[in-house]
Parts: sequence; structure tokens; C-alpha cells
Amino acid sequence: MHEFPITEQIIKIAEEEARKANASRVAKITLVVGDYSGFIGESIQMYFDIISKGTLCDGAVIEIQRVKPKLQCSACGAYFERRPMSFECPECGGEGGPTEIGKEFYIDSIEVET
Amino acid sequence: MHDIVKLDLKANIHDENDHIAQHVKEHMTEDNVLVINVMGAPGVGKTTTLKNIIQHLKDSKPYVIEGDIESDIDTQDLQNLGIATHQINTFGACHLDAPMIHEAIHHMDFDQKGILFIENIGNLVCPAEFSIGEHVKMLITTATDGSDKPYKYPLAFEKADIILINKCDLLPYVDFDEEFFMKGVRAQNKEVPIFKVSGRTGEGYEAVAQWLESRTLK
Repeated sequence: MHEFPITEQIIKIAEEEARKANASRVAKITLVVGDYSGFIGESIQMYFDIISKGTLCDGAVIEIQRVKPKLQCSACGAYFERRPMSFECPECGGEGGPTEIGKEFYIDSIEVET
Repeated sequence: MHDIVKLDLKANIHDENDHIAQHVKEHMTEDNVLVINVMGAPGVGKTTTLKNIIQHLKDSKPYVIEGDIESDIDTQDLQNLGIATHQINTFGACHLDAPMIHEAIHHMDFDQKGILFIENIGNLVCPAEFSIGEHVKMLITTATDGSDKPYKYPLAFEKADIILINKCDLLPYVDFDEEFFMKGVRAQNKEVPIFKVSGRTGEGYEAVAQWLESRTLK
């Protein structure tokens, strides 16, 4: 559900950048989406197909690069993906703390036609 | 033939929301109002908690923004107690965002130093992801929700500035593994203060009110 306003925002940013580059349309939008960002690629695509009609983004391909969240072990410093119901480091058994890996939510790049 | 040009943007999609959130926070700081983002699943006792904390405030006027998908029963409840409350209905949206709060605070009169409680939509997922201009994120969970919540919703626990375990009067009757719960919280959030409260008996809220008032702006 909450992908609707965020998809509007994606289209707004892509259109602004395309206009600045004097482009006639946006051909592709590449998003980087961490699994902890709470956004679902399929939903963004669905809303995008509806909202982008009549904009410079109409017909653009959306590519989503997902990022798996990683914790960092407070004992040995290793980065690791957590197992369900645990924050334990698979290397040394220490406790993993949160990092920024997996919270990404940004437009990496767009491809435009000039 | 058209030329395809790739533009590297690295553009944060949350920027606009975060920008408005910052504006709300500055505005409220100027008005001497501490803003609390109250988050928790449906039924954890968010409105009950507000009523209990407000009773114990000594030196701060309470203000409330109620976020609900629909209905204004919580708002009427609070207004009947004489608490300045503004209703936001999101009609389906699962969280409040900064533009909604920006709009709401312009309908409210912050005439005295105080605390604005913003009751977010009952949900443990997306309210944790959107800043709404708060100084403090308050997370409410309960003894009956189970001790596995920090493991299932780590982001909400990581971002919390204060955690309340409500319904603690039921602890003797439910399988709430406190050690497991604390281990999960501490893995994600070393410093966060945790208070046990009970909406039914009223215990624990005085300490929460004191903690909040110690954070209010001079």
C-alpha cells in the first residue's frame, strides 16, 4: 500500500532529471532497495505502470537491485546475514548489531533518450 | 535514432519526507513542544498509554495527534478528557508521514510548553521507516504479544528511543520470556530505556512521564 506515494516520488525525481538533461523520455530507472527499507518491488512496478501514464516515464523499465541486510559482529567485526530469530555471528558466536546495509532506498541511475 | 544517456543520480527517495520532517521538528522545537512518535501494533494500548502518561505530566501541556485508518473514537475519547487532540484519517495508508503532520500542526494551537504525542497507525513495520518530525520514537509492545517481537521486527526496536512493555500485570499468566526479549532488544539497541507498564492497573506510567519530561526543552 505505501508504495503508491513513494512511486509518485520516484517518477517526480526521474522526470525532473530527464527535463534537466533535455531528454524526450525516461527509458529505464534503476532502484536500490534494501530488504529492511520495507518496500516491495512488485508493488512499485504495479503503481508505476499506472501513475507513469502520460509522464516522461511512461513505458520505462524499472530495475530493482535488492540488498540483503547485514549485521556486524560486535566481537569479531564480521558482516553477516542473520538467521531467523537470532542475531548470533556465524563466525564466532558473538552478537551482531545493526548496520546501514539493507536499509537502502534510492534511485541509483536513470537512462534517458535524448 | 535516439541516444540513450545514463544519468547517475544516487537520489534518496525519502529526501522530501525527511526535509519536511526536519521542518516540523524545528517548528515544534521553537514552540517548546517535544514531539513523540508513538508506535505499536493494533491493540497494544497506544491510546490507553497516552491517557495514563498524560495524567502524570507535571509541567507540560499535552497535545495529541491521532492517526487512524478511519474513525475518530480515540480522538473523542481524548477530547472528552479535555486534551487538545487533532484527528488524521489515512483511509487505508499504513503509516503517517511528515507532510500529514505538517498539515496537522497548522490546525493546532501550541500555546504552552508541552509534549505532542503523535499516535501512529497500528503497525510495527512502516511507521519505523518514516520520520514525521519527532524528537522521540516510543515503541509499545506487550506481554501478550510475545517475547519474539525484537527478532521479527528488528527495525522498530533498533530505532526506538524508549520502549514500553504494556499489560505487564499479565506477565504471571503468559509465556513471555523476558531474558530472550531483552537479548533481542539489546542486540539492536544497547541504550534504549525499557519500562514495564500496565494500562489496567496504571503502574509504571509515572516513571515514563518523568523520563519524557526530563527530555522536554527548556
